[in-house]
Amino acid sequence: MTGIADAPRFDCRNAYVQTLADLAHEDHRIVGVVNDSVGSSKLDAFRKAFPDRLINVGIAEQDMVGVAAGLANGGRIPFVSAASCFLTARALEQIKADVAYSNRNVKLCGMSPGMAYGELGPTHHSIEDIAWLRAIDNITVVVPADPVETAAAMRWAAATDGPVFIRVSRMGVPEIHEPGYEFVPGRAVTVRDGHDVTIISNGTVLWRALAAAEQLATEDIHARVLSMPTVKPLDTDAVIRAARETAGIVTAEEATTAGALGGAVAETVVSRHPARMRILGVPEFAPTGSAGFLLDRYGMSPGGIADAARALAEAS
Amino acid sequence: MLTADHIALPTFARLPEHAGRAERIAHIAEAARQIRIQDLLLVHHAGAGHIGGDLSAIDVLATLYGAVLDVTPETVDHPDRDRFILSKGHVAGALYTTLAAFGFLPVEQLATFLQPLSALNGHPNRNKVPGVEANTGPLGHGLPIAVGHALSAKLDVSRRRTYVLTGDGELQEGSNWEAMMAASQHELDRLTVIVDRNRLQQGASVRQTNDLDPLDAKAAAFGFSVVEVNGHDHGELLDVLSAVPFRPGKPTFVIAHTHKGHPISFMSNNVAWHHRVPDRAELRQAIEELS
Repeated sequence: MTGIADAPRFDCRNAYVQTLADLAHEDHRIVGVVNDSVGSSKLDAFRKAFPDRLINVGIAEQDMVGVAAGLANGGRIPFVSAASCFLTARALEQIKADVAYSNRNVKLCGMSPGMAYGELGPTHHSIEDIAWLRAIDNITVVVPADPVETAAAMRWAAATDGPVFIRVSRMGVPEIHEPGYEFVPGRAVTVRDGHDVTIISNGTVLWRALAAAEQLATEDIHARVLSMPTVKPLDTDAVIRAARETAGIVTAEEATTAGALGGAVAETVVSRHPARMRILGVPEFAPTGSAGFLLDRYGMSPGGIADAARALAEAS
Repeated sequence: MLTADHIALPTFARLPEHAGRAERIAHIAEAARQIRIQDLLLVHHAGAGHIGGDLSAIDVLATLYGAVLDVTPETVDHPDRDRFILSKGHVAGALYTTLAAFGFLPVEQLATFLQPLSALNGHPNRNKVPGVEANTGPLGHGLPIAVGHALSAKLDVSRRRTYVLTGDGELQEGSNWEAMMAASQHELDRLTVIVDRNRLQQGASVRQTNDLDPLDAKAAAFGFSVVEVNGHDHGELLDVLSAVPFRPGKPTFVIAHTHKGHPISFMSNNVAWHHRVPDRAELRQAIEELS
């Protein structure tokens, strides 16, 4: 039997650039804003199709986000595309004040987030982005798991007035969602049902969670796998159901263990239905290695996630 | 405590199109005088504010809203209105008073300045105050936003103009210089940066802290057309701010030479008045000097 781990993998940036081009054809208000990141955001074709509508401010992230807020003031819908590490760290105050607090219709697209830049090291890793942005009021934080969800989240963002942050992964992922999948912010998707233990995940780790559940099923442990594409707002009802109906919750994500999806789930269960948890993520500045190697190292290989889930299931 | 009894501000109707220069200047001057009196009352009775910077910026604000900007309370949401972005958001008291003087918000609402749950926060909030274009406060944010808006106008092939007022100490923030490079690169000649050049920052002079001079040469080197004016002379401000751009393809950089606390004798050019609050005797004397 072949599982999800054997499925072909796709770079979500391709879905991103295709969707952005489609949106730009459909709506003249759509513009791209970049910090010299035309190539790394794969926006060369977009630039050729819409030369006036790809605004490159150069290597200047604070300006980039402020400019996006000003473009939104003028009625445009800017999609800011920049490496997530620089977008969210360098321009965090602009994201807070100019976009979120000002309630500007800006879409912030964090390219190659998490540990996508693996061997380039922690300066280029963006494991903190989710925790930082989740702490800011009035911004939706989306971590799509595959190309279908990336495109669906972008279409939703373009059609919805208000600040949105979307992670766009570079590390290849299998297709999990069917074409036609509808992205609903704040809604978890049960991608595999089960009643023994729950794994909540998103982004590049979701397929690993599914592969873990496949392994556990061979041991007669039936794990529920919840896809949580929006970390903010969180589907708290789905979390509470998991806390009530299963032995515990494992969260697994390509992000810091301090305050990202794991933190959001933990805050929810401690205040409404305390549950046993394992929070898998990246607890430190990671050593040298590819993103895949590092995810495995931090317990997020399919086997590693299965181990964490099994421990919760067996302890109940 | 600030109450309705402390509201003395008259409102100023928009001048007709055919009004002459002298009439416009008189209109701005009287508005600026009344805005100063009201703002002093606000800060005294609220017990907080940034009166020094307020008084340094009020002549620029009164000139813009009184005779330059193509925006009125009726067109405050019109897509093609001119935009004014107050980058030095800590002079919110001056902005609110100016907006009230020109009818953008009810004069009585000024009585809520800094009060619990008031829309009139210590820094402006566009979601709560009509006429505010950006939620500023942290310094170095207004100029990039203004560049973005000017870019949107260029994409729209619109004649609408963008004005942004920054402090001078504020130019120590690097984000301003990022934005100036972009403004020049994109030839945003309907963008005007006005620098409230009062030469004082929170605790000391700009020169003692991290000097900006030669500011004119710096702005020119960044691709701006540079103009220097007396930032308290309504005629000079009106002439310059109405005439932009001075060179096609170039954004304009107006260095408005001002004094913090102007024109109150004991406040003017005195760093202590960055956010000191006038007591009752100081308030009385300040208002007498303006009368």
